[in-house]
Amino acid sequence: MSVPYTRSGRARPRGGGLELTIWYLMRLTGIALFVFALTHYLIVHVIYDPAEQDASWIAQVRWSSTFWRAFDWSLLMLVLFHAFMGVRTVVVDYVKGRARLLVLTGLYLVAFVLFVLGTAVVLTLPVVPKG
Amino acid sequence: MQIELRILRFDPERDARPHWESYDVEADPKLDRVLDLLHRVKYELDGSLTFRRSCGHGICGSDALLINGRNRLACKERIEKLGRRISIAPLPGLPVVKDLVVDMEGFFSSYRSVMPFLVNEGPVPAGERRQSAADRARYDDTTKCILCAACTTSCPSFWANEGYVGPAAIVNAHRFIFDTRDEAAEERLEILAGDDGVWRCRTIFNCTDACPRGIHITQAILEVSSAIVERRT
Repeated sequence: MSVPYTRSGRARPRGGGLELTIWYLMRLTGIALFVFALTHYLIVHVIYDPAEQDASWIAQVRWSSTFWRAFDWSLLMLVLFHAFMGVRTVVVDYVKGRARLLVLTGLYLVAFVLFVLGTAVVLTLPVVPKG
Repeated sequence: MQIELRILRFDPERDARPHWESYDVEADPKLDRVLDLLHRVKYELDGSLTFRRSCGHGICGSDALLINGRNRLACKERIEKLGRRISIAPLPGLPVVKDLVVDMEGFFSSYRSVMPFLVNEGPVPAGERRQSAADRARYDDTTKCILCAACTTSCPSFWANEGYVGPAAIVNAHRFIFDTRDEAAEERLEILAGDDGVWRCRTIFNCTDACPRGIHITQAILEVSSAIVERRT
């Protein structure tokens, strides 16, 4: 198998597509989080009184509308991706060899569990009519 | 003014590991720079002290050192700014050969890997290859690099992964990628899109802080990253 060389005489580096995608998505989710997280903060800390917020308040006020359910699910997905890809960055920087594969697998598993749990709650929490 | 100069010494034939040694030297804070003090130690106190320097005027890039915890050129760094106790160590992240001299081969091979030369297969013009002032301004900042390695050896991503090409190589790739007379931008972008290319940059800005030429290095790296994204989309 011939190794492609650059004009500088060094073997052409491989890969990069995944790194590019993650780098780009980290930026996009970062910008999106700025909007989503701030909106979330405004709603639960400024517009509504945090003292009156319990499970029934969420079921009756916030998640009675599909829009806000979708909004909160999107926020959760953005946070999950941005946070876990951020940790992945640290792992790729500092953990090498087999240990890296092990740590990354564990990391993705935790992310997947949180994804399933979060999605299940958003989809299945029953709508309780007000009053 | 009396200065206590602490230098991280290492003689591979005698020492198992580097150790600090102190030298008391007289300095004129208004006139002297760190390189003057190193000369004073070498000429008057201990001739075995080893360090690199060539021009002594911030152009050749030979005497970048870790001075009071920051990568600086010894010939540019004024004593006035540093105080009475000055610590000097070799550039971090590169193997030490002796005292303040580090092995730069890895640094230069990363530099060579991005093809830091003009590529143009077209007919050779009779005179200069002319370009507009605006085209020249596009990459002006990155022409200033003197390859002192202060940026690359201040980069935590480089410390963690010696495979990472490092800020200096990306700066020199930038210098040609955005040059309208050059034809190998695609090739360079492909090299820098690899796993050890620009994605290892975490925008820590140590490189920009370290650069003795004031190059906006982090910005240059992100311009290359953006060019790679635009090329693929």
